[in-house]
Amino acid sequence: MNLYTFLQNLINGLSLGSLYALIAIGYTMVYGILRLINFAHGDVFMMAVYFAFFLVTLGKVPWLISFVIAILAAALLGFTIDRVAYKPIRNAPRISALITAIGVSFFLESFAVVVFSGIPRSFRNIYPKFLNNMLILGGHEEVKYGRNVIVGGLRIPIVSFVILAVTAIALVILWWIIYKTKIGMAMRAVSVDIPTTSLMGVNVDRVIGFTFALGSALAAIGGLLWATRYPQLWPYMGFMPGLKAFIAAVFGGIGSIQGAVVGGFLLGLTEIMLVGFFPKMAGYRDAFAFLILILILSIKPEGLLGKRSVVKV
Amino acid sequence: MAMKLSNRTNLILTIALVFFVWLLLFFAEGRMNTYMVRIVSLIGIYGIMAVSLTLINGITGIFSLGHSGFIALGAYTSALLTMSIHQKEITFILDKVAWPFNSVQLSFLPATIIGGIVAAVFSFLIGWPSLRLSGDYLAIATLGFSEIIRILALNLRSITNGALGLKGIPQYTNVWWSWSWLLITVIFIGSLVNSSFGRALKAIREDRVAAASMGINVFKHQLLGFVIGGFFAGISGSLYAHWLTTIDPRTTSIGVMLTFNVLIMIVIGGLGSISGAIIGAGLFAVLTEWLRFLEEPMKIFSFEFSGIAGLRMLVFSAIFVIVMIFWPRGIMGRKELTWNAIYSWFRRGKGESYE
Repeated sequence: MNLYTFLQNLINGLSLGSLYALIAIGYTMVYGILRLINFAHGDVFMMAVYFAFFLVTLGKVPWLISFVIAILAAALLGFTIDRVAYKPIRNAPRISALITAIGVSFFLESFAVVVFSGIPRSFRNIYPKFLNNMLILGGHEEVKYGRNVIVGGLRIPIVSFVILAVTAIALVILWWIIYKTKIGMAMRAVSVDIPTTSLMGVNVDRVIGFTFALGSALAAIGGLLWATRYPQLWPYMGFMPGLKAFIAAVFGGIGSIQGAVVGGFLLGLTEIMLVGFFPKMAGYRDAFAFLILILILSIKPEGLLGKRSVVKV
Repeated sequence: MAMKLSNRTNLILTIALVFFVWLLLFFAEGRMNTYMVRIVSLIGIYGIMAVSLTLINGITGIFSLGHSGFIALGAYTSALLTMSIHQKEITFILDKVAWPFNSVQLSFLPATIIGGIVAAVFSFLIGWPSLRLSGDYLAIATLGFSEIIRILALNLRSITNGALGLKGIPQYTNVWWSWSWLLITVIFIGSLVNSSFGRALKAIREDRVAAASMGINVFKHQLLGFVIGGFFAGISGSLYAHWLTTIDPRTTSIGVMLTFNVLIMIVIGGLGSISGAIIGAGLFAVLTEWLRFLEEPMKIFSFEFSGIAGLRMLVFSAIFVIVMIFWPRGIMGRKELTWNAIYSWFRRGKGESYE
């Protein structure tokens, strides 16, 4: 592997990693507060992409506005899911909550199959073409197939920069919400102790609903960026990214926002590097992510940046 | 306290029930059309899947999401063993079939048992590292393992034929095979649950710390429960493969979806009850077939609706969520349908006091 391919893989890994990080933050926020693995997170991601797709194709709405509407719609969807499915069983055993989350995920997928049909669609003409343009660094010109082409060098899709920039902006906004606003303080309080927080006069349900909305909005941003990078949408598209994001969250220490970011980048990088170094292993990419998960869980279950929780008897 | 039936009466009633069911199956096979007979044998297969997952999830309290992995292992193993050598040569286009399978052909029963054993061995290998975890983490780790098995099936082309899957698996599964295996599963797991081993499992489910302090080796018990569940999942996989006649590693066939389907069965039936698992499996099989009408073209008030693919699963997932919200214990809860329960229920029906 020469320096160019290494750098190329590094850049691809960072761009994939920042996508994982974005989705993982939403996962980890909900887990941090409710201790609930929100299986439906990846499906909210899928729904957001479909919203944007239909707004642009059927509604003829400009892409930027439809992306914003899709993000808001996803936030509303996340809030609704919490109110309808998770709130009634808040005091039930945690396994019931997990089963319900699986049911909700299953429901959203089937809903998408029924309403949007299971046939994959292309997202390519939804966003402006310049995002697919490549920034080419280095390399040299050669005449091939009768025209001048650049051989070698680094090829960085513009969308990769956009992904990194959006992730950074989203993180700053999130940091501001969590550490500088009142609702952020309430969120941090709820994540420590729900009953005590409600005794302090905080409307816990509203805080949890807000967390779900925020997490779903992040999933939607991640989904839209994902679709610009891998422009195919179908009802099960959120499943793998959702699981990967969860793995990233566990990797970094579930419940910790910084951990989710670190875990997302590490997972994206290792995945791309594995394929870069061993091209024959490309088919096992997803298996590798699960292997990381199992290793992390059995060696350091609290993750890289997580706090060890003490089980009270 | 309700009057209890003696053990002997219980046994006689159970044997009578089994005979009655067998008689029904006999008539079903003779009178019903092929389609219905196929559904009846599917109920048996789903029953085995559900009962084995109940042992793991409901009784041992290991929330495993890896059932489809074991089912797939059993399915692939036994299918590779029963397919004729000639059929394997036709099916494997991309790569030649690997060594042990290119020269063996077994009959259905040994192939099924070997499928179960392979699944059990793998559930031991998977259980060993993942049973050190608990709760959600365990669920995700087992889900990860079943995905790894599926990805291996996708990539080990000389064994599994990759994404194309196996075709032309002989259709051996019939009512008798599936219901006999269901009977064996229920007898085995049922007597296991009522043994001291089963009581230990239930103790662990309720409170593993307390169980451990009573001297129960939590890890050993859970691992054994997990392996036994895996064995029967493998058996059901073999029956399923020889029912479907083609298997491939898509998520929607032998993948996470199958785990979710079995989970729906045991949750609707009541997590932790063997009879509930069978009721759930029967309901699932019958309802999924019955709800097929939703996907066919229909006419309501002179409006023509074309068939909508996937509506069945939408209805099912909605039922699933609603059951979880309003009726989280399912039909049976953790109770079993026993003769005593039926007896006291009848007495109550007569208005007699059974205090």
